[in-house]
Amino acid sequence: MKNPVAQGIADFLKHFPPFSSLEYTGLMDISAQSKVIYLEKNQVLFKGGDATHADFYVVKDGAVGLSLTSDAEETLIDKCDEGDILGLRPFFAKNDYLMTARAREESIIYGIPIEVFRPYITGNPKVLEFLLESFASQTRNPYDKERSGKLMAENVVFSDQVADIQYFQPIKYTRNPITANADDVLKFIAKTMANSAVGSVIIQENQLPIGIITDRDLRSKIATGLLSIDVEAREVMTSSVITVPENISVAEAQMLMLKHDVGHLCVTRDGSDKSPVSGIISEHDVVAAQTNTPGVLLKQTRRASNAKELKYVREKLTDLIQSSIDSLIPISHISNIVAEINIAITRRAIELAVEKIGSLPPVRFVWMNIGSQGRKEQLLLTDQDNALIFEDVEPEQYNNVKRYFLELAEMVIEYLGKVGYEPSPNKLLASNPQWCKSLTDWMKQYDAWINTPAEKNVEVSTIFFDFDFIYGAPAIEDALSSHIGMNISRNKKFFAYLASDTLQNPPPLGFFRQFLVESDGEHKDYFDIKSRAIEPLTDAARLLALSMNLIEITNTYHRFKKLAELEPKNAELYEECAEAFNTLMRFRTEEGLLNNSNGKYLNLNELSKSDKVKLKNCFQPISDIQDMIKHRFSLTSIK
Amino acid sequence: MAFDWLTGGSTPQFWKNYVALFEGDDKEHRRYVVFDMEASGLDWKEDVILSIGAIGVVGNAIEVGDFLQVFVQQDKFTTQSVALSGVLKEPKAEKFVEAEAMIQFLNFVKDATLVGHNVNLDIEMINQALKRLDLGRLKNPIMDTNTLYQRWKDLPDDSHISLDELCDVLKIGKSDRHTASGNAYTTALVFLKLKRKLGI
Repeated sequence: MKNPVAQGIADFLKHFPPFSSLEYTGLMDISAQSKVIYLEKNQVLFKGGDATHADFYVVKDGAVGLSLTSDAEETLIDKCDEGDILGLRPFFAKNDYLMTARAREESIIYGIPIEVFRPYITGNPKVLEFLLESFASQTRNPYDKERSGKLMAENVVFSDQVADIQYFQPIKYTRNPITANADDVLKFIAKTMANSAVGSVIIQENQLPIGIITDRDLRSKIATGLLSIDVEAREVMTSSVITVPENISVAEAQMLMLKHDVGHLCVTRDGSDKSPVSGIISEHDVVAAQTNTPGVLLKQTRRASNAKELKYVREKLTDLIQSSIDSLIPISHISNIVAEINIAITRRAIELAVEKIGSLPPVRFVWMNIGSQGRKEQLLLTDQDNALIFEDVEPEQYNNVKRYFLELAEMVIEYLGKVGYEPSPNKLLASNPQWCKSLTDWMKQYDAWINTPAEKNVEVSTIFFDFDFIYGAPAIEDALSSHIGMNISRNKKFFAYLASDTLQNPPPLGFFRQFLVESDGEHKDYFDIKSRAIEPLTDAARLLALSMNLIEITNTYHRFKKLAELEPKNAELYEECAEAFNTLMRFRTEEGLLNNSNGKYLNLNELSKSDKVKLKNCFQPISDIQDMIKHRFSLTSIK
Repeated sequence: MAFDWLTGGSTPQFWKNYVALFEGDDKEHRRYVVFDMEASGLDWKEDVILSIGAIGVVGNAIEVGDFLQVFVQQDKFTTQSVALSGVLKEPKAEKFVEAEAMIQFLNFVKDATLVGHNVNLDIEMINQALKRLDLGRLKNPIMDTNTLYQRWKDLPDDSHISLDELCDVLKIGKSDRHTASGNAYTTALVFLKLKRKLGI
């Protein structure tokens, strides 16, 4: 039977790549199995975090926006118009949707089952080429230079160049893979696979690959009862195995996997099956190579076996930050991700250090990040500030225990230094005997800060109130935070000290609304965004949060958000401060990425007029919050 | 409740199958069949069906493959009706006798909810055709896009809107009109929109 509806869809699709490279009969076949979907304005097609659908989508009429959601804030990343494809991600990676697709106007969408389309991709070199090229160039339609969208937008967020380069670089894969002989019994091969957590084993004869056994074979041939687990490998293996030469690129590996519909490629010395096996490439390697996604970076962090690998992760993280900034992803979202990866790197460094020492910690301990790391506001590579708390021990053990932890901290800090985090110039480090001590000693330390804040030698205290416990025993963390919480409440003197410290930094605008710039030194006439704009907000947030006994929220943005919730009367000001803080952080990060610096100083001459206005608009809340602090903590009477 | 289909003594198997479908009650994955037909005229007693186009809708999507198009061979085939319906535009299409067309139609719609624009006339014509075959009336639940539109806009029951006008209101292209299957597809788009707006 003729199907005029399908014909109508085919007539539409044939105008758009990659469909334009298909035979009309193929298009008809695809169209006849598709769906037509109506979306009302703002209706969601799929949501970030949803399991991927069986269909991918082509916009017929209207427009669909792709956005990232963070902190209930949606940021539009890309817009799909007539003829644009979206949701093809499952073809490349079998994860959940990363982005949300929402109709920006009333839209008609064609839904095409990926399984229906798959044979046309693998069977038609032009279609495959188009998709790979789109993938590589990160544009929705590489043949159309005018319009560039991101075909894989819902998959990955990173800058074009980086993706490009990565894509054509040699893929990283497992060298010296596990192999077995053709007469080995399958049961033992499966055991080996399970024990070493690998998905495939190469079957070799005289060092030459003659076949491969993968999870897929075990599933389809053994678990179904087709063959018993006592058979020899030769009966189960898939033969012949697809072999590739060493130093194959990511792009090529992916193409071959698609072409042969396999999940593994066997690497041999010369690329033929007549030379010895030297490695194995799995689908996972391909996906990992293409994605700078936070998830992959976290995984790589946890697997890192030395400082060099951690450094590699940190470098990729910088790329991720850059591209996230470029894509206008909210800064608080980026900070969260970066903080998670920073934390993972530190954790891994601690684990590696313990391994290197060769003996387990004698008692339980906590690794504490302080300062900007503690506030999770570290986007650029800045200094390490950290401390270590260990469980209380008998006095005679104390020195030995402390010695162990000092050695551990020393090593961790060295690892982190190799990754790129410079140790704190003020020696606020866990390897400093002053900042590596027992729980009781720490409680005494905090008591001193809280009760006699302004005395000599106690002044550096503030950043110790921005702490993040990133490794160790929750019991110690709880004991310390509740001790601080108890001690801090109603301690007027402490807050007066913090308040006056906060007001040390005047609002950054002069009387004539001109920027206050540095008047001398290396950075003459530059604007010090860190101390004049960011720090006043950080300090204000700390003071206000602590005064309301919010001990465990340390992030400036989140402190303001929480304050807005707790104090509806001042909610508006707090919200403004939160926004201003994010904007300032974005300025600083962009500056830092641009000049490979810590972004402390902005060259005002390089800012556009609108950026200057944007920057100035951040100053009013600073001045307002400082006024509020002045009144609330009755500073006029103290001074 | 109409029981007249029981009186015919031996009922054909396809009819038994069709009727049996209505015993269950699975509202979860409700299938709708949006259809339209061309007829020799507008008198449901005198005129006959020339072609039917029908397409399935599940959830918020038209299932393109779930499609039926059938042309009916009729003795009563006047020049006037050709002008009216344009059925001759498909001269090569295979035509079926009315009985065969009805079997195909019932096998296709199964127990789906039937949806059409100003659907009563079409339903009556099908019932007449079934009657000529000594069978009972359609069992399917029925929805009318005209009625749905009235409900959405809170219009009085006697207000009337043509499919063309409705397409204009809902901003749906009319390029696919003029054949039964084209109309069925256009009506299906109308139905999707109204369905969403009314939360059906």
